[in-house]
Amino acid sequence: MTSKTSPPCDGLSRRNFLRTTGAAGAALGVGIRHAAAHQPGSGVPPDAQPKIELTVNGRLRTLTVEPRTTLVEALRDTLGLTGTKIGCNQGQCGACTVLLNGDRVNSCLILALSANGAEITTIEGLANPDGSLHPMQTAFAEQDAFQCGYCTPGQILSAIACIDEGHAGSADEIREYMSGNLCRCGAYPNIVAAVESVRDSKEG
Amino acid sequence: MRNFAYYSPKNLADAIAAIRDSGGDILAGGTTVVDLMKIGVREPSALVDITGLAELEGHEIGADRIRFGALARMGHLADDKYLVAAAPVLTESLWKAASPQLRNVARLGGNILQRTRCPYFRDTAYAQCNKRSPGSGCAALDGGETSHHAIFGGSSACVAMYPGDWAQALIAFDAEIHTQGPGGRRRIPFADLHVLPGDTPEVETILQRGEIVTEITVPIVPALKASHYLKARDRESYAFASASAAVGVELDGDAVRDVRIALGGVAATPWRARAAEESLKGKPLTEESARAAGRIAFADARELEGSAYKIKLGADVVAGALMTAKSRANGGK
Repeated sequence: MTSKTSPPCDGLSRRNFLRTTGAAGAALGVGIRHAAAHQPGSGVPPDAQPKIELTVNGRLRTLTVEPRTTLVEALRDTLGLTGTKIGCNQGQCGACTVLLNGDRVNSCLILALSANGAEITTIEGLANPDGSLHPMQTAFAEQDAFQCGYCTPGQILSAIACIDEGHAGSADEIREYMSGNLCRCGAYPNIVAAVESVRDSKEG
Repeated sequence: MRNFAYYSPKNLADAIAAIRDSGGDILAGGTTVVDLMKIGVREPSALVDITGLAELEGHEIGADRIRFGALARMGHLADDKYLVAAAPVLTESLWKAASPQLRNVARLGGNILQRTRCPYFRDTAYAQCNKRSPGSGCAALDGGETSHHAIFGGSSACVAMYPGDWAQALIAFDAEIHTQGPGGRRRIPFADLHVLPGDTPEVETILQRGEIVTEITVPIVPALKASHYLKARDRESYAFASASAAVGVELDGDAVRDVRIALGGVAATPWRARAAEESLKGKPLTEESARAAGRIAFADARELEGSAYKIKLGADVVAGALMTAKSRANGGK
């Protein structure tokens, strides 16, 4: 991707940038680093490919990104975790929902650089090592809570967070707190039923 | 999205200097900034990510005011049970905005500065937008679709609506914004933060380049406890306001001692309805007087083609919100 948008790789452009920004950066305490993973307090030029560290589904990963790389792009394109979907790519549909440090977020609106150092849970990280499904995955299957399945990874991550946040008290509350996940097949009633069934099994 | 230089300063002074030296935009939660970069409305050469500034986190409910760090997250605050009890209008206007995923990321400082949802501002296929390209015209006023445009505060150059919810609670309750920038620190009444579009709709606030919102404070008054945010929208959840009202009342027996009314989904900026407030002071709050206040609030509205519905809807929303606030003032829900 960089080769399409950056000058030829003769280093001139980047070196000039480093020279000017490095001087300003030193005065600011905002230095430029490349060797190790991107550090807070540092800066990266537009044509850089900084390294970041993410703990994804319990495993520490070091990856190279561009400044404009979004978290969902890093997960899908760089790490090959294509379970997380891109729907609208504008933070409106929820298909890209993942857990970031325990909070559900739209991974299409977060820069990978901003997520540096975070713990991420994607749909690939829910099943047990023996392959048995997470209770929410089982509930979605049992309640027929999807049709085409495209929004389902985001729905399932969001549903887990909905219960963890304490916002699954009633069907109305579930609908309100699942409103950030759109389903064009209209599986909403069965999604609510799946969330209720997991909530009730936890309470039991 | 075009690439950009990225800075992640660790303290305010470095952040202010990085903005000055890079000419970049401030990045916090990014739910507006990254979105606008993706659709080509903003193409900054640099982003200064201020989310590492721990000093801007947190909130406290003090004796005489509530203090919010500019980097506090919308979703975390909306669920704070002490805040729910002390100031329902502040939490309701947070959880009725956006989606849980957005609220987990969006910060308060960015929330109050969020940009309009005017489709002609957001879609760069339209050449006419005085806010995006000063002097290019206004596609909304030039035969555009205007059912979600401002009926208060618009100008012949721009009728884009301020989309936020929390801001209505802030303006109703005399909040203040605290900032730090190249010129030092200052304290700004929230009502003075946003400016009307006039001939320069590209200017939306009085903030100077590199000036960072550090905290938001809300004075605690009795009406804050008996407050409510009522939001009417095209669908029941996860939509911008068609019309909304942030209200609060303090009663002395039957009579209104203090009342606050601000209107969302109808104006170019956060909008306080002072004439409606005055119409109620010292008088009993009844369904009739609440409905009259709603009509007064919209007496000066200038509807556009397609937005006349906001006048009736908005007046009903004001009346309904006031009756809920009255119930709360009397110890109810």
